[in-house]
Amino acid sequence: MSATTEETASTIGDQDSPAAAATKKVVSYGVLTFFALIYLGPFLVSLAASFKTPASAVSNPLGLPNPFSTSAWKELFGFTDSVLTIKLGRWTLNSILVTACITVGRVGLASLAGYALARLKFPGRKQVLGLILGVMMVPGVVLLIPRFLVLKQLDIRNTYFGMIFPLLVDCAAIFLMKQNFEALPISVEEAARIDGASTFRTFRSIVLPMARPSLIAVTVLSIQGAWNEFTMFLVATDRPEFNTLTLGLSQFQGGRGSGSNYPLLMGAALVTTIPIIIVFFTFQRYFNGDAAAGSDK
Amino acid sequence: MSIAVSESVGAFADAGGSELSASDAAREARKSLKQRRRKEGMMGWLFVSPVLILLTVFLIIPILLALYVSFTKWNGQGGPFSDKVERVGLKNYKDLLVNDGLTRKNFASALRNNFYFVILVVPLQTLLALALALILNQRKLKAKSFFRTAFYIPSLSSSIAIGLIFVFLFSNSGGINTIVGWFGISPVQWVNNSTGLGHTLFGLAGIDKAPGFLANNDVLGMSLWNWLSGPSTSMCIIIILAIWTTSGTFMLLLLAGLQTIPHSINEAAAIDGATRRQTLRYLTLPMLKKQIVLVVTLGLIGTWQVFDQIYIMSDGAGETTTPAYLTYTTGMREGRYGAASALAFIVFAIILIFTAVQRYIGREKGDVA
Repeated sequence: MSATTEETASTIGDQDSPAAAATKKVVSYGVLTFFALIYLGPFLVSLAASFKTPASAVSNPLGLPNPFSTSAWKELFGFTDSVLTIKLGRWTLNSILVTACITVGRVGLASLAGYALARLKFPGRKQVLGLILGVMMVPGVVLLIPRFLVLKQLDIRNTYFGMIFPLLVDCAAIFLMKQNFEALPISVEEAARIDGASTFRTFRSIVLPMARPSLIAVTVLSIQGAWNEFTMFLVATDRPEFNTLTLGLSQFQGGRGSGSNYPLLMGAALVTTIPIIIVFFTFQRYFNGDAAAGSDK
Repeated sequence: MSIAVSESVGAFADAGGSELSASDAAREARKSLKQRRRKEGMMGWLFVSPVLILLTVFLIIPILLALYVSFTKWNGQGGPFSDKVERVGLKNYKDLLVNDGLTRKNFASALRNNFYFVILVVPLQTLLALALALILNQRKLKAKSFFRTAFYIPSLSSSIAIGLIFVFLFSNSGGINTIVGWFGISPVQWVNNSTGLGHTLFGLAGIDKAPGFLANNDVLGMSLWNWLSGPSTSMCIIIILAIWTTSGTFMLLLLAGLQTIPHSINEAAAIDGATRRQTLRYLTLPMLKKQIVLVVTLGLIGTWQVFDQIYIMSDGAGETTTPAYLTYTTGMREGRYGAASALAFIVFAIILIFTAVQRYIGREKGDVA
């Protein structure tokens, strides 16, 4: 590993002789291609496997599908009868439902709270900000049992309510929105207020439109987080009708229960993965490092 | 910093008010300003109240409830506050840390498993992310955004879906064993294999059995020899999975940091005769310190929380249970909510201690490398 770093070290300056520069380029592209293959390879292997027969997925795990079979995909999309098919539709609908609700809630609440923390002067603002920063320090896994206990006490386990509400507040999103509101020019808001616009009206018709890029960024991050959420749903429900894609897939722990039907499993894994990649690509221009900057306090 | 900005805006408004206070118009203005302030204060609370209510119900109350439950033997039957629930004081914590028994033994091996996970994943993913970011930061490189996206895709994807893909890759007749076969190595049983890497290395050095002092001394009820087992084979796959998934995010973070370093600085260093290694060591890395510290901190917090990957790939088999995973199995599977809650607080404490220590070290040393 450290060897890689050393190699990299030698590629920083730009003052090489033409021959050295060419070598450097070849080495850089070589290393990048190798790693691109490692990062994308598993997806390609699973895509290929989803077009194999169960037997050939085991006997020929890496190669191209031969014989080429679409039966796994037919099963996934319900063209042939399969127990998994019926479930996959339900899982997908559940995933879409909870993702939509969580995203709308997170974006709405984060922009309201973010705006209040950025611009509105109210007694206790510092304490609220402190609380939100403190909450960001609480590791999610630690909340697993505590949240289960509360859901149980409130008797809202195995309801959509219980799956959605604990996830509505995302303190990182609040913080991100606060930072973004603060970066907006204040003069426009002042002008609106002098013209007599109420706080909420200023927020809704002037501030929010200006914050569109960051709203989109928070939306995409919320969609990704909610779609991929697993642990919270695991404690919020134990009934199959509430299974999301992640929860449903997790039944095939360690490949068990699939009867080694890897094509079907790989297809289902891709169905879970691909929507998020599409969402990300569609909105990629709003990110360019911002996704990472979001986690930078 | 930005708080200061809005604060100074407020101060400006104050100053304006007092200057004009002589005239009636100004008095009016001040009155309306006061009114506006009060209204603004109300709106402020109104805007944050949904968040505060939700945080109270789904974060603060759960933590307090779990704290209470951690001092009981509640098994989920009836309410936790009913008289039938036995209150046991610190027993749950003592069972984990002091009292000899199965609970402590399981906790010790979970702690060990997670410890090896942390000390392998954090440095490796940081170095990999740094290497990729440095290569991608070259000015004359084409297809940058393709590579950046390719490295980031695993970070975007569902850990459960990716875990399933890895289950397939590392199954006995899977792709990894095929690749291993190209190098003439016989297939490895990756899943459900608790052989420790450390013990394997000791074996290579001719130490097959624990030397007396390692076998006879124990910490938390587990012999030193078992503490030195290293990560199990099954844990190694989860380590690879974790590095593969998170390094993309960290690469983006480091790349964003690198891009703020002006190129002219590197050129100046080159003109002054600095070698590239010197430039990296004395210029680039120190300027990247903030991002590296952040990546290590996020790595430390994340690695003590590993859960989904274990759930989908091993379900704790083959010495892959971690304290966080043990919280889940103790609570949700065994119904021992008191013990599970106590464990959750211990995991929290571990994460806090690790990040505090890491921050302290990060502050003390001026140099990163």
